[in-house]
Amino acid sequence: MMLARMLIGMMLAAPIAAAASESVKLDRMPADVNPNDPTSLQRGAQVYVNYCLGCHSANYMRYNRLTDLGLTEQQIRDNLVFTGAKVGELMKIAMEPKDSRDWFGAPPPDLTVIARSRSSGDGSGADWLYTYLRSFYRDPSRPTGWNNAVFPNVGMPHMLWRLQGQQVLKTEVVAIPRGAKGEVEKHEVQKLVLDQPGSMKPAEYDRLVADLVNFLAYMGEPARHFRTQLGIWALFILGVLFVFAYLLKKEFWKDVH
Amino acid sequence: MAAAQKQPVVFTGAGPLNGAVSGVLTWVDQRFPLMSLWRDHLAEYYAPKNFNFWYYFGSLAMLVLVMQIATGIFLTMHYKPDAAQAFASVEYIMRDVPGGWLIRYMHSTGASAFFIVVYLHMFRGLLYGSYRKPRELIWIFGMLIYLSLMAEAFFGYLLPWGQMSYWGAQVIVNLFDALPVIGPDLSTWIRGDFVVSDATLNRFFSFHVIAIPLVLLGLVAAHIMALHEVGSNNPDGVEIKNVKDPKTGRPVDGIPFHPYYTVKDTLGVVVFLIVFCVFMFFMPEGGGYLLEYNNFIPADPLKTPPHIAPVWYFTPYYSILRAVTEDFMWVLAAGIIGYAVLLTMTVRNDLLKLALFVATAIAVVLLFRIDPKVWGVVLMGTASMIFFLLPWLDQSPVKSIRYKGALSKAALTVFVIVFLILGYLGTLTVTEGRTLLAQFCTLIYFAFFLLMPWYSRMDKTRPEPERVTG
Repeated sequence: MMLARMLIGMMLAAPIAAAASESVKLDRMPADVNPNDPTSLQRGAQVYVNYCLGCHSANYMRYNRLTDLGLTEQQIRDNLVFTGAKVGELMKIAMEPKDSRDWFGAPPPDLTVIARSRSSGDGSGADWLYTYLRSFYRDPSRPTGWNNAVFPNVGMPHMLWRLQGQQVLKTEVVAIPRGAKGEVEKHEVQKLVLDQPGSMKPAEYDRLVADLVNFLAYMGEPARHFRTQLGIWALFILGVLFVFAYLLKKEFWKDVH
Repeated sequence: MAAAQKQPVVFTGAGPLNGAVSGVLTWVDQRFPLMSLWRDHLAEYYAPKNFNFWYYFGSLAMLVLVMQIATGIFLTMHYKPDAAQAFASVEYIMRDVPGGWLIRYMHSTGASAFFIVVYLHMFRGLLYGSYRKPRELIWIFGMLIYLSLMAEAFFGYLLPWGQMSYWGAQVIVNLFDALPVIGPDLSTWIRGDFVVSDATLNRFFSFHVIAIPLVLLGLVAAHIMALHEVGSNNPDGVEIKNVKDPKTGRPVDGIPFHPYYTVKDTLGVVVFLIVFCVFMFFMPEGGGYLLEYNNFIPADPLKTPPHIAPVWYFTPYYSILRAVTEDFMWVLAAGIIGYAVLLTMTVRNDLLKLALFVATAIAVVLLFRIDPKVWGVVLMGTASMIFFLLPWLDQSPVKSIRYKGALSKAALTVFVIVFLILGYLGTLTVTEGRTLLAQFCTLIYFAFFLLMPWYSRMDKTRPEPERVTG
């Protein structure tokens, strides 16, 4: 029985892995999104608890850690805790993995460290998420009616479609000049086109996704900001220590040679 | 013994406090050889005065060892060796334990730092012939430290229980599966289960936090005791004990380890910590080389990652493992026969020649009778352990690269390049071209060692100086 389950697992995993290795060029997170900007992070947290936390837990993150974003515990309780959870508890969900596997094919992953795990040679985890959340398109062949250009055949439906609108995948043939004699090579290029607009303009939607991804990146490593601050101090102190260590060594060694 | 008869008192300053200190020291010294230990290993351990850049890495390895143990103790207080809780407990350390992220990053960055420092330390040995007589045992203890360190790193890497942890352990333990007869039972015995599981995690935890560290500490003590028995080598590869001051009996080119090398190594420690902190504070993931991205996904026994690569410090050997394919067996067989011919031409004893012939014939038959996978494992193991033989493979009349000729210099340069290429290839997926390159590099890797008795003797060396230079 165990073995049979293993085999099914492998068979399911294989096509996803193959698809994931086909590289889609990732968009970069907008450079003007500051990872320490409380407004952007607060908005991201708000989007997360409203649109994501229904299905995606953040099992290693506590609500009251969001005080990092400049919120008080009372503000967190009033605005961000929709369940009966206490403010010191982990951001868990009620959905059973067994149920969600039946519904979506795979249980929605925990998102606490998703931004760290999605890093690769193609771009940072934030780049991947920023591209992914803007790459859903309508696909009637999928059980949810949605597909994704970055994560083909993903089980997740497009949760933010009311905001973004509905994209479709269009295939265009472009001619690329090649060689000196005016030869052209024809390439099929797939493009996402906004078919029906949502409640937000594309630029507004991109900003919303950027803020959400900014929050996900923060949640992946809440200590990051403090880490770099402490790092500067550590290097400064070591720099001072270097001067003393160097002078001490010089003083002792002047009688050698 | 001479040391025991010397005056044990070193603090001679006047004043009640100094009197009390020397009183306590005298009391201790009558019961424990404190001052003689201090003298033998620090104040009156004479080290060559010409140590260069390459001589920092021994003390740095000690520093990293202490750092790994200290941070490891704190991690053990919060980590849970349980398949259901391990991943979460690491994130708990990263978030909820005060300063936990710092301790964890020190430990994860420290693991890679350990290997960098140790590889540079070993390279120093290759450069200056530090493994040569009378330092063979220092080298052997050092190699045992290196192998223990690899075991320590391998066991430790399973503990975060991410996808790479899990599948890396799965792949490595499955290697034992390939061994004839005992293979499958052996790998089950190692895992304690038919797949890597909770049982495996628990025993790897035990190996990582107590068994291997104990072995490591013992070996480090032996390494240093052997070193202080024969004295340090130096970049010139000449013995400072050969030229002693007739009055004091001290090596003319030696200086007391303390204070000269303690202050110098302190400087080295500060520079090392600066580099270490740049990584730890600003790039703890090290571009996926220090912490692999896939390892932020909890271990899932049902989902094999598309690309499983070991951590960078194992990749040279992993490349050698992957290089051994069915086609490569012909090359290996040719290599073994060629080497046997070379040996036959060297030995004079007819009985030995016959034995050599029989051994070669058996080896070649086995090459084709046993699964290439097994030979991959054998070659990988041999590649990591062949360093043990260096004291006897190197037949050069001089120790240091400074006085060796072009042949040895070229061989070492090519070896370093090949080692780096193998390391890089081990991080990549396999393609036909890469496998070919890895096979070529594997041959060079072994040729560096196995042909050393010949090229080190043929090499045109320069005479060693009487005393150290510079």
